[in-house]
Amino acid sequence: MSVLIRGTGSAIPDRVLSNADLERLVDTNDEWIVTRTGIRERRMLAPEEATSDIVTRAAQRALEQAKLTPEDLDLIIVATCTPDTFTPATANHVHRNLCHGLAIPAFDVNAACSGFLYGLEVATSMLKSAGYRRVLLAGGEGLTRFMDYQERTVCILFGDAAGAVVLERSDEPGGVLATTLKSDGQYSDLIQIPGGAARRPASPYVLSQREVFVRMKGAQVFKVAVQSMEQVARDTLAKVGWKIDDVDWVIAHQANKRILQVVADRLEVPPEKMPTNLEVRGNTSAASIPLLLDECNRAGRFKRGDKLLLVAFGGGLTWGAAAVEWTQSV
Amino acid sequence: MDLTERIHAIVGEQLGVEKETLVPEANLLDDLGADSLDVVELVMAIEEEFGIEVPDSDAENIRTLGDITSYVEARVESAA
Repeated sequence: MSVLIRGTGSAIPDRVLSNADLERLVDTNDEWIVTRTGIRERRMLAPEEATSDIVTRAAQRALEQAKLTPEDLDLIIVATCTPDTFTPATANHVHRNLCHGLAIPAFDVNAACSGFLYGLEVATSMLKSAGYRRVLLAGGEGLTRFMDYQERTVCILFGDAAGAVVLERSDEPGGVLATTLKSDGQYSDLIQIPGGAARRPASPYVLSQREVFVRMKGAQVFKVAVQSMEQVARDTLAKVGWKIDDVDWVIAHQANKRILQVVADRLEVPPEKMPTNLEVRGNTSAASIPLLLDECNRAGRFKRGDKLLLVAFGGGLTWGAAAVEWTQSV
Repeated sequence: MDLTERIHAIVGEQLGVEKETLVPEANLLDDLGADSLDVVELVMAIEEEFGIEVPDSDAENIRTLGDITSYVEARVESAA
């Protein structure tokens, strides 16, 4: 039994937040941001939009590509760390938009930037062992809603986006061949939104301390990030018996240009095998992998039989990888 | 190459700076133009070159090129 990707879709808000726009908000400049992060612009939700709106659009595009309708789905999973609301889950908002009258389960997975890969293992397991046939798996984030535009080292990094895939149980070979998930809670304070939840509920004080925004200790994250991404990539390759040279595409979480460069160097992956959208999308956390997958797929870069290695790292700290053999031809 | 030369070669390559600027009192951030991620990458390159592990608590005390040299000397000697 296999799990195939039947369709991909993505959606980004219309509004562009460029480095020049950020120069007007915080003490920074375009050259500083580009050299240190590789990011020139990112997308930002409109005031009336939320995460589920772009996830819904990404889901519709994935369904359309797969020539399926919401009636063909039997589960919705949304990976996000920036939900519309704590409850209901973002997946329930997506369900409301897409699946009127269909009582299929819908829930969120939160593993920050690794969320899509966590969702991929959950979805794959449910397809293989719990009787599900088709799952809509999305990664979507409204990170700009959680940025402190007074803190120049973090707000330059993140953007809003959504990506989705339709996964289907099949007897054909290929698809999702292996997944590996890891975490280490001792580093939980390296990337966090400390306030606004049960530990430090939103209060005038918590708001005044700007605790409802993302905080990140970038330099400390860097070392753990590159070491664990390399290791989890190698572990996953070993599971499927691939050598790094066998891999056609490494789809890595778009965290930062320099993390990607070091990971590529350590794995000895040439740049042409490692597509990137960081320059125009920024770090979109759980959306980054499905967004990049969809962009490459729609650009016709993937061929049937191509070997893809997906790898991510994020808050938690969490990290993971997946080996996928591409079975779709757009 | 002796230890100092090996360190200078790594620092020169990682930070893309000229040999002449590599003096013991050179501050990594202020004089050699490194940022916090450069320092992390530098520490990782040093770890690899000398087969040592530099805990974050030690890395935080490294400010100058001379700090790196004396730190690595001490670590390599204690291992020998």
